[in-house]
Parts: sequence; C-alpha cells; structure tokens
Amino acid sequence: MTYALSLKDVHKSFGPAQIIRGVTLDVKAGERHAIIGPNGAGKSTLFHLISGRITPTSGSIALNGARIDGLKPFEISRRGLSRSFQVTNIFPRLSVYENLRCSVLWSLGYKYSFWRGIEGLRDVRERSEQLMEQIGLTSRRDEQAGTLTYAEQRALEIGIAIAGGADVILLDEPMAGMSHSETEHALALIRKVTEGKTLIMVEHDMSVVFNVADRISVLVYGQIIASDAPSAIRQNAAVREAYLGQAEGA
Amino acid sequence: MTSVSRALPWLLLAVLFALLPKVLTSNTAITMLSMMSIMIVFALSYNMLLGQTGLLSFGHAVYYGLAGFLAIHAMNYIVRNKLGIPLPFVPIIGGIGGLFFAFVFGWVSTKRAGTVFSMISLGLGELVAASSLILRGFFGGEEGITANRTKLPSFFGYKFGPQIEVYYLIAIWAFICIVLMYALTRTPFGRMCNAVRENPERAEFVGYSTQRVRFIAFCLSGFFAGVAGALAAINFEIMNAQSVGAAQSGSVLLMTYAGGAGYFFGPIIGAIIITYLQITLSDVTGAWMLYFGLLFILVVMFSPGGIAGWIMLHAPAARAGQLGRLAPSYALASIPMALSLFGAIMIIETAHHQLVKAASDGPAMHFFGLALNSNSVLTWAMAVGLFAAGVIGLRLVWPRISDAWGAVSLARPKGA
Amino acid sequence: MLELITFSTLNGVLYGMLLFMMASGLTLIFSMMGVLNFAHASFYMIGAYFGFEISRHIGFWPGFFIAPILVGVIGAIVERYGLRQVHKYGHVPELLFTFGLAFVIEEVVQMFWGKLPVDYRVPPSLDFVAFRLFDTTYPAYRMFMLVTAIAMFVFLLAILTRTRVGLIIQASLTHPNMVAMLGHDVPKIFMLVFGVGAALAGLAGVIAGPALVTQPAMAGLLGPILFVVIVVGGLGSLTGAFVASILIGLVQTFAVAINASLTDLFGPTIGASLGDLGNVTVAQIAPVIPYVLLVLILIFRPTGLFGTRES
Repeated sequence: MTYALSLKDVHKSFGPAQIIRGVTLDVKAGERHAIIGPNGAGKSTLFHLISGRITPTSGSIALNGARIDGLKPFEISRRGLSRSFQVTNIFPRLSVYENLRCSVLWSLGYKYSFWRGIEGLRDVRERSEQLMEQIGLTSRRDEQAGTLTYAEQRALEIGIAIAGGADVILLDEPMAGMSHSETEHALALIRKVTEGKTLIMVEHDMSVVFNVADRISVLVYGQIIASDAPSAIRQNAAVREAYLGQAEGA
Repeated sequence: MTSVSRALPWLLLAVLFALLPKVLTSNTAITMLSMMSIMIVFALSYNMLLGQTGLLSFGHAVYYGLAGFLAIHAMNYIVRNKLGIPLPFVPIIGGIGGLFFAFVFGWVSTKRAGTVFSMISLGLGELVAASSLILRGFFGGEEGITANRTKLPSFFGYKFGPQIEVYYLIAIWAFICIVLMYALTRTPFGRMCNAVRENPERAEFVGYSTQRVRFIAFCLSGFFAGVAGALAAINFEIMNAQSVGAAQSGSVLLMTYAGGAGYFFGPIIGAIIITYLQITLSDVTGAWMLYFGLLFILVVMFSPGGIAGWIMLHAPAARAGQLGRLAPSYALASIPMALSLFGAIMIIETAHHQLVKAASDGPAMHFFGLALNSNSVLTWAMAVGLFAAGVIGLRLVWPRISDAWGAVSLARPKGA
Repeated sequence: MLELITFSTLNGVLYGMLLFMMASGLTLIFSMMGVLNFAHASFYMIGAYFGFEISRHIGFWPGFFIAPILVGVIGAIVERYGLRQVHKYGHVPELLFTFGLAFVIEEVVQMFWGKLPVDYRVPPSLDFVAFRLFDTTYPAYRMFMLVTAIAMFVFLLAILTRTRVGLIIQASLTHPNMVAMLGHDVPKIFMLVFGVGAALAGLAGVIAGPALVTQPAMAGLLGPILFVVIVVGGLGSLTGAFVASILIGLVQTFAVAINASLTDLFGPTIGASLGDLGNVTVAQIAPVIPYVLLVLILIFRPTGLFGTRES
C-alpha cells in the first residue's frame, strides 16, 4: 500500500554530530500520528527533513509514494505537505486576513499572477474568510499579526499550515506555551481542521497526545525506539524507561 | 470605502499633474515639475524592490541609465532611418530595455537575498559604471550621447520642442506608471512580494519560490526604471555615464527611504522633496551634498519610516479625532527644533565658508540676510550657542510630546 | 618577463595585504554585529588624512602611531552614539546608516582638505631603494608597508587566539547571545571591535597614503573592491578574506601590468567581433575585473570561497 508519508532509514549529521540515526517510519493516509520524545531527540530536525528545510545525509522520504527528499520547501509544499512551526513563524506586519490570503494563493492556482486584481478573486476571499472562521480569528481580521496574543498567533500558525489544503500536515508542538483552557481550545481546533487529513504532530503534552493520536512513535537520540497504538506505548517498558517515567497521561 | 472615495486620490493626482503648470508657469518651474515626475517614477520603481519585497539595491541606476542610453540611441536611430515612430512611444523602448537588463542581471542578483544581494547590486553597479568609460560606442565617453527630440515624426502635430509639451508627455507617462505600479501591489504577485519581505521562509512553505518572486519583482522594477530613464533621455536630450553611476543610485535610495519605503505614496513625497532640494540647494550653498548625507543619517536614526511613516503614525489619532491633543506640544517643540536647525545650518555654512571659500573670497559671508565673518569668534559662538540651545530645549520639551501621545492612546477606544 | 612577474607579484601581494588590513576589520565587524560597514573605507581615508596632517606638523612616525588611535576613537564613538541607536531598527537601517556616514565623511574631508590630492609624502627615513632586481629598483617604503601589514596580521592573530579578550571575541562571533548570558558586556565588546576595526583601517590609510594618492575619492574607489573581497572570500570568514584579498590584489596588479589588448591576446577575428572591447587593453579593464570575479563567484559558488554564513 502507498503510505501518505514514508521515511526509510533516514540519517542526518551536522559535521560529526549525528542527529538522526536511521529513522524508518510509515504513516497511513488519514492517520493521526504523534511523535514524542525527550528534548534534543531530534523531533524538530525530523520535521525540517520532511518539509525540505534541510536534506537527509542518507535515506529516503516519500510523500504518497513519490520521493521528496532533496526537494526545496516550496516544491514539497506544492505536492500537498504543509507544516507549522514550534516558534511562531507568521507574517508579522501583514493583517490576519492577509496572512491567510497569501497562504491560499498558490493552492488556488494564482501563482505569480501580476495581471489580475486580487480583490476581485472571489474564491480567494471566500477561502480566506472560511479559514479565518475556522480558526476563530474573524474578529481580528485587520489586525497586524504581530500584535495578536500568543494563543491567537498559534491559531494563525495552524491556519497558515492548513490554508493550502495540504493532505499531510505536520504540526510542531502546536500547544507550546499554552494554558490548560487554551490547550483544550486548540485541541478542538486541530481535530476540526485536520479531519480526513493525515496529521503528524510533535507534542510534549501527554494528555493531548494520548487524546488525539491513532499511533505514537517515540524518538530518542535520533532513533525510533517504539511505534505503536497509544495503549501499547503506555505499556512499553523501554519507552517508560526512556521517557514517560512515572507520569501518565490522563 | 466607496468607489468614489477610492478614486478620489487618483483624480486629485491627475488634476495636479494637469493643472500645476498653469499655476507655476515659469520655465524653471516647469522643468522642475518635469524632473520631479521622472524621479517619482524612478523612486516608485525602486520601492518595488525595497519597500515591497525587502530588497535593498545600491545599483538601481543601472536600469534607469542603460535604458536611457537605449532610448537616446533609439531616438537617433529613428531620426537617421526616418522610421515612423513618434516621441511618445520612446518610453516603451526604455521600459523594454530596462526589463531586458533587469532580466539579465536579475538572474544573477536574485540568487541571494539580504546583505549579499545589496553587495551584488553594488558590484554590478560599479561594473556597469566602469564599463561606461570603456564602451565608448554605447556610452559616448565623457561627453555622453545627445539626441534631438524635435526631429522625430510629429504626434498629432506636436514636435515636443517647448518644455511645456515635454512636461505633459512626461506627466501622462508618469501618471500611467504610477497607476500601473499601484495596481501591481494589489495583485496576487504583489501580495506575495510583501509576504516574501515579511517572512521568506514561511513564504516558501506556502508554496512560493522566493527566488522566483524576487526575480519577477526585479524585472518589473527594471521595466519602470527604464521608462523613467527614457523620459530623462527625452527631457534632457543627453545621456552620460553619470546616469548609471553610484551617485544616481544613492540619490534614488535617498528619495525612497526619506520619503518612506513602507507606504506607496512615500517615494512620491521623497522624489518631490529631494528633487526640489537638489535643484535649489546647490544654488544656495556649496555644502548641499553634506546636507543630503546628514538628512539621510537623521532619517535613518530618528524616523526609519521616512516622512510617510511619520505622517501615518498620526493616522489612528486622526481617525479618532485626537490630533488636537498633540498640537500644543508639537507647537512648543517646533521652537527648539527650529533653533537647533538654524544653529546647525549656521555651523555648517560658516565652516564651509571658512574652509573652502575664505582663502579666495575672504571671511565675509551672507547668512539669511545677515552679514557675518566666518573667522570671527562671535559668529562661531552664535552658531554653536543657537544649536546647543535648540538641542537642550528639545530635550526639555520632549517629555511633553511623550505625555501627549500617552494621552492620545488612552483616549482612543480600544480597537478603533 | 621575469622582472614583470617578480615585481607584479610583490606589488600584488602588497596591495592584497593592504586590502586584507581593511577586510579583516570589516569581517570581524560583520561577523559579530551583522553590520556590513559601508564606512569602513572611509576610516581608511580618515587615517590617511590624519597621517598627512600629523606628518605635516610633527612628523611621519608620530602620525603612524597617533592617527590609527584617533580613527579608532572615532569608530568607537560612531558605534556608541550612532550605530547602537539604529541597531534596534534592524540590519537594513544599520547598513543605510553606515552608507550615509560614508557619504558625510567624504564631504567633510573634502571641506577640510579640498577636492584635490594632498601631498602626503614618504618620510625621508624610508625614502631609499630597498633592492635592485633586473635593472628595476624597489622602494624601501613598500617593503615597510608589507612588513607593517604582516606584523598587524600576526598581532591580530595572536590577540584573537591567545588572549582572553580574543577568546571572548571569537565566541561572540558565532554566539553573541550566549556570550552575553555568561556575563560579558557584549555592547562594550561591540564598541571595542568596531573601534579596533576602524583603527586597523586607519592604519592601512596611514601607510598607504604616501604610496597611493591621498584624495577624497580614495574611499569611494577602494570601498566597493573591499566588498567584492568579502563576498568572494565568503561572508564571515577571516581565512576567506585573506585569500580573496591576495587573489584580487594579484589579479588587479597583473592586469594593470599587462598592456596587451584583447585583440592581441585572442586574435583579430574575436577582437573585431567585440567592437570597442577588442581594442581595449587588459590594463584598461583592470578596474572592472574584481566585479567580474564577483559575478562569477555568485554564479558558481554563491557562498564564496570559504563562506559559512548566510547574511
């Protein structure tokens, strides 16, 4: 079967330092996959490799069966893979509406068009407003994105990631820095907007992970030590020792 | 915004272009208006790179100048070969020339962004400027290349000899270019330029090649710079190596930055003011280039958003009707500001006179009607004293301005 | 022929070392502060003029020691009261500030000393022939310049690698935030580095002034070449700056010495097809060669020869 995302023996070294030491991972279409692991395990690096920010030293990455390792981020994005960032990475001086509008343009096929007025493009406007509605930022439509509250920016961050209609979405610690109620809210949002899509999420908040994930992979020192259903992961001795310790998810 | 109120600024612009020569009728005034219009197009083309896409170029004059040379050669070619192309079509040739050179050089330039892009633009500018003395056929050596615009076929009876006719030709072209460049900002491409400026990495992750966006912006910018160059060729009927040089590149950078790169109308303001100063200041003082340098530094240090940025700073307060709160402290601050400005100018003028002119002309000088001696202690004491008084006064008054702004932001209802 | 090669090599290396004196300061400033100092060549010019003034009233040797210090102080003041204020606005305003500064410095120099070159002379103590080779003499002053440049280089290397301050500076090159966390006064280090960089450029000016022409245009002539050196060598790399300096120094010196035209070199058919270019001598296009090198590097190896940093 063709997996939505398939990593085969991926290695990444920066000079002598080996960060990713042979990761093999297969994610089915529509699956909600969480990647957990201690700090420094290489989770963000893995995301950078998948999304094209950096290239693997060896190994292959395939999206819906086609190789994407070595491609530039915009090429990978055009093939239907999208990501959010752990450190909020929005367009700070553009308005909320503008942030989303820029994120939908390519997927709606407008490319580098400089001969059509953007205000007249109905599908652009509708899609942007729909997105704004989904992430709950319609009331902040004309505010500069840099002036939003932290939680609002995180919501916008997710909004930009899903704007292009990608089938495979990578979310890098979407709940980072959120309070309990904000996390609840964000969780509901993520569930809603990733329905039917393949979701791969890096997260530290175990309650979220065990709540959302169909499968969990555990990354420790650049290797996956376990990849299974949440209940199996909870019982896994190696995982407990390396990471979970005594604390358990709700 | 209703469509009437949206069309209003453009109508106003068109009216200004059309009617200003009727108000300012002297030949010098009309020449100045012509030059301002050309520079507006040039500065707006530059801001496509700087303000909209975040690319700082130190060599933009290359596209202005090379296209200008192309235009002037074209004019000579048309006359020599009796082609049926009237003068109003020459700017198109300039635009295509600018586009061509931007395409060729842009392919190399836009491979990198940020500081490296700036250095490439500097290097390319120097390359072209240095080549101008070598390729005498195209650049005409030190004398440059001349043409006679009246020899081209007439256009509905117009031969464009008198400056007023040239002005209207330039004005119409300038208006068209301003409209087109504004329209560009409201296209998907224009919006993505802003996105690339704001966060190039994220722009890639939403599907756009930042290099491609920058390259297209570079080409389009070159097109309009080329139109400006052709208009200059038409206006002056001569092109020389200075138009591709570092001074010309620095000039358009100053115009755009001082006017305000963050708003569409910023470079328009900058072009008008700087052109005016360039023309008038050199008659009044020998130190005019020093003033430009200092003006630039002051803008960078105290108002990096330029004049437009400063104006728009007041927009929210204006909308909330709170400008009145600022008026008293502004009025108060204007006094020490004027004092320090006066003192600074006096220092510079006296120093300039003493260092440059006194040897040949003697120490007597005229300063705003006052007869002074550039080597007298009294003159120097006055100059320094005025400047110091102004600066001290400004420091004393500044807290009042801060307070006024504080009151303004408190008075505004949140989210208004 | 051998004579040409020997002297061109000597002069080329000398010119390259001069470039490196300035490029090293520029690289240090850029690596630490992220600012590409447009006014760096202006500090070079001020050094030359100060050296000239002091040598006029006191002597060359006092000028040799005092002028660079003065320039260094000016650099420190510029950093403290100018650049630091602009720092909060970002890299573009910083670059533009130094751009405006270069402009203002040129105008002020012109105001004080006039537009024409000034008569900054080689001091009598150094005004003799160093050696004679193949019927041509080589001035001792040039040997002095070479020795000074090498001494400065050794001194810089020693400070950077063997002193505490040097280690802190090296650390700040790549991890300024970390260094600040460790309790070091990073703003002061910035001021120090900027001042020392300026002083080095000033020293280059003091010794180059008598050999090359001391005129207000000297900054504008050398400035862009300096940036070519930095980009070709690779932004942020001292080794790269050194290699690129010597490379460009040699290339330009050799090019100026070659009087053959492109027609002579490549044959009449190619020469004719190049039109104007065909009749031009290699010496005439020598000023352009660094920029051609810049474009070539950017096409084939955009990070420069030894580059590690994106801007």
